[in-house]
Amino acid sequence: MPAPQIVTRDLNLWIGEKHILKNINIEIPKKEIAAIIGPSGCGKTTLLKCFNRLIDLTENVKVKGKVIVDGENIFDPDIKMIDLPRIREKMGLLSQRPYPLPMSIYDNVAYGPRIHCRLKKKDLDETVKHYLEAAGLWNEVKDRLKDPATSLSVGQQQRLCLARGLAVEPEVILCDEPTSALDPNATRKIEELLVKLKKDYTIILVTHTLRQAKKIADYAGFVYFGELIEQGPADEVLVNPKEKLTKEYIQG
Amino acid sequence: MNFRTTEENIFKILMFISLIAVMGSLIGIMAVVLIKGGAALSIGMVTTPPESGYYLGGEGGILNAIVGSVYLASGATVLAFFISIAIAIYLQREFTSSKAAGIIRTSLDMLWGIPSIVYGVFCFIVMMYLGIGTCLLAGIIALTMIEIPIMTRGMDEAIKMVPPELKESTYVLGSNRIETAIKVVLRQGLPGITSAVLLAFGRGIGDAASILFTAGFSDHIPASLFDSAAALPTMIFFLSALPSPEVRDRAYAAAFILLSIVLLISLASRLLTNKFSRYIIK
Repeated sequence: MPAPQIVTRDLNLWIGEKHILKNINIEIPKKEIAAIIGPSGCGKTTLLKCFNRLIDLTENVKVKGKVIVDGENIFDPDIKMIDLPRIREKMGLLSQRPYPLPMSIYDNVAYGPRIHCRLKKKDLDETVKHYLEAAGLWNEVKDRLKDPATSLSVGQQQRLCLARGLAVEPEVILCDEPTSALDPNATRKIEELLVKLKKDYTIILVTHTLRQAKKIADYAGFVYFGELIEQGPADEVLVNPKEKLTKEYIQG
Repeated sequence: MNFRTTEENIFKILMFISLIAVMGSLIGIMAVVLIKGGAALSIGMVTTPPESGYYLGGEGGILNAIVGSVYLASGATVLAFFISIAIAIYLQREFTSSKAAGIIRTSLDMLWGIPSIVYGVFCFIVMMYLGIGTCLLAGIIALTMIEIPIMTRGMDEAIKMVPPELKESTYVLGSNRIETAIKVVLRQGLPGITSAVLLAFGRGIGDAASILFTAGFSDHIPASLFDSAAALPTMIFFLSALPSPEVRDRAYAAAFILLSIVLLISLASRLLTNKFSRYIIK
């Protein structure tokens, strides 16, 4: 097994008085698809939001423990607010519902490159084209790049969000039930893209459809009411789990 | 007829009555102002300042008040805009705790409720202390103070409507708080922000009590910030207090001009916002 990309050490999280995550020790392998499965409302999304410190936007949050990304504990008290963009741009995010920015299709993809470096118009055009191609959207939108992003279908919007995230050149793609708002056809496209992308990116996929996890995941973790019950290669955890709780969940 | 259809019908009728009451007031005001002031309206009225004897029925117009009002209200709206937008952005979760934001919002609501004459008297005292006296600048400051709570609360509500997931997605792309606020939040909140500015402008151009003490009154078009200036509301106030009925009709004509300015500006900015809101996430 290659060295892990993200490691958590005794990660505990409270929102107000509620203990949401309990002693999470998970190891996310590099350049594979790691699925995090579990029932709704058990802390999967919260765990995902810890990986890029998006959790900071929630009120009354208290975090204890470490999240180590590339050898750096991102919850180190020495890390100031000003460092957060640097931590966050390592991770792309696909959320449950696509949220395109209130701009044109072109500007959505160009948003990241524009804030990180000054590119010439020609280079920016190339970058936008490159990432729209990577998200399998270029052929559908190449003639209407100036149209509002909202003019796309939901499935296309989700792929636009993927292109927008890839344009920041992240190492990790966090997916929070990225297909829950999509029809089967759009779902299949996203799944195929994720499989294609794992060559270059570490992918963390939060999902509650077991079928999706079985289909594309290489590694899996089962979270149950804030605790990580089991983790390991996907064909072990999802097919022959060791723990009784996992077994019950998988068999429905 | 069962209970539920009766209930539905009662509420339908109530809603219709409310609509009639609101639309009726608007149409009623326009009609009265036009009927009473129509005779006094003329090109000269909007192109010349009052000549001697204007208030007794003599020649001239109210250009001084039109220009004064435009100066006062636009000056105040521009000043209030920059202050309000800064406060409204600051009130977001990322910048301030919800407890502090709650205190600020309550204070703004209290400021909103203070009668404008109080702002006028307050600014008058401050200006006297500074040795400036009644002038255009003092009027602009008083109106700015009146407009800030209205504008800020309006913008605040518009910004609150921006979905948190939209903000999250820009943070994920590596934006900091300021970039997110300016490039995404303000863009998404644009229609609501425009409404807030318009609401404040309307209040600013229509207020008489606060500028009575601060801007003073003058028959001349103000040439500098330190000249006293007339405004349409104060002009209406003076004209309608005069004994001669023909002169009193001029007050209605002035009111018509005031209404036209407000209507024109709100139409223009609606059109402008529609043009820009093409990209907004619904």
